[in-house]
Amino acid sequence: METALEIRELHKKFGDKIVHQGVSFKLLKGEILGLFGGSGSGKSVILRSIIGLEKPDAGEIIFEGRDISILGERDMIAVRTKIAYVFQNGALFDSLTVEENLAYPLEEHTSLSDSEILEKINDMLDLIDMPGSNKLLPAELSGGMQKRAGLARAIILEPQVILFDEPTAGLDPVNTKRLVDNVKKLKKKGNTGIFVTHDIPSAFDICDRIAILFEGRIYVIDTVENIKNSSDDFVQAFITGALEHAN
Amino acid sequence: MAQITPRTVLKNLSERLGQRTMGTLRFAGGFGVLCGQIAKEAVTPPFYFRLTVQQVFEIGIKSFLLVAVTGLATGSVMALQFGYGLAKFGGTLYVPKIVALAILREMGPVFTSLLVAGRIGSGIASEVASMKVTQQIDAMRALGTSPIKRIVIPRLYACLIALPVLTLFADYIGLFGAMLVSSSELDISSGYFMSKAIETLRMYDLLTGMAKTSVFAFFIAVTACWKGLTTEGGTHGVGNTTTWVVVTSSIFIMVSDFFLTKFFILTVYPKY
Repeated sequence: METALEIRELHKKFGDKIVHQGVSFKLLKGEILGLFGGSGSGKSVILRSIIGLEKPDAGEIIFEGRDISILGERDMIAVRTKIAYVFQNGALFDSLTVEENLAYPLEEHTSLSDSEILEKINDMLDLIDMPGSNKLLPAELSGGMQKRAGLARAIILEPQVILFDEPTAGLDPVNTKRLVDNVKKLKKKGNTGIFVTHDIPSAFDICDRIAILFEGRIYVIDTVENIKNSSDDFVQAFITGALEHAN
Repeated sequence: MAQITPRTVLKNLSERLGQRTMGTLRFAGGFGVLCGQIAKEAVTPPFYFRLTVQQVFEIGIKSFLLVAVTGLATGSVMALQFGYGLAKFGGTLYVPKIVALAILREMGPVFTSLLVAGRIGSGIASEVASMKVTQQIDAMRALGTSPIKRIVIPRLYACLIALPVLTLFADYIGLFGAMLVSSSELDISSGYFMSKAIETLRMYDLLTGMAKTSVFAFFIAVTACWKGLTTEGGTHGVGNTTTWVVVTSSIFIMVSDFFLTKFFILTVYPKY
């Protein structure tokens, strides 16, 4: 399979705290890669480094044949229309309605007419099971709806790669299922993504492969089946511990 | 309980001094870097005229009433104070000249800027800081847009447009208040007040006052945005940011006013 994105020997530290010390993996086109790891292990930092919100101290992030980790803000704009970041809390602009939030990337990066933008927004709201919520402000949405609206805003430009930063964190089972269904719909459409989560059942449901981050490196990366059946004590302890916790 | 000794007091003092110095240097560096980014991004598309107009409305139109009340009060009080103070020396008739000059050169620009620093500086800082701590600034960047272009530049332009206009308005209202008090309390007719004020004032009095407000506006907007964009620590951080911006802007306005006045005395105002 073709590679959509490659991380090579990523190093990052904040002050004295070493977060990454040689993270490397490949994201294949059309797959959803689950990224597990303990709290503070640097999962989100990997996603933030890919989208350029953090600069790695060393290493490369290869996208479309070039290292995007060295690009400046101006050059990253084009990359950010192709790689989307779904924030943990949705990060909707609280002064804008849902419709205005979703229109934001379209107005910035496309020359669509107002009616075309509205049509696209309504399609997207249908996809995330939020039809008719155009005029609501983020404060009027539940946590689950905010996350789904954040997801819709991130994917409205039809990016090549979607980075999910703990999208199911803090959600009740009903909203978790809704969000998981949304991600599955995207997967069915052929989207590629990295799914950072502590929600192992959801990740097993969605992902093709799983990577586990431990002590600043990728400890293991394999298919969901192989991870489930792994004989490695650490992997088993990690997934069974998390599963027990989830149950 | 730790014992308080001269040594520990000295140590604490030096630590605080060090922290303050580092904080000031960090601010100076951050302010400079942000100014550089503004200069770079202000001249390249896209331009957000609609956002600038929105901010002019937020900053300018919504501050008119506040500025009007303050201007009226300032003019009135100055006329009253100068009137009673100069009466001892038989100088009541000099009130229009003195008050008009003081309002246009100093009181209008400084009081309006202080009010704007309080109302708008804190507003910008808390809004931007809230956006920062709720990851909305990150979202803006992740969506391929520049927070400098969308947040900082419209607010800076709006301050640069609105503050001189508000000052102009405050000057007129202040003069009006002084005229009312002069006629009602000091037996100076409105006609005499007007004629003496017009006779005394020169265009440079108005323009230097407005030039001062442009400097203050730039500082208020950039400081508020910089502090907002660098806020950390949740809602507590937002609160600290707001207070810091108001205090820093107010100090800057008062201190820089002295130097600007000195500069205008040396370069613009005529020598007597």
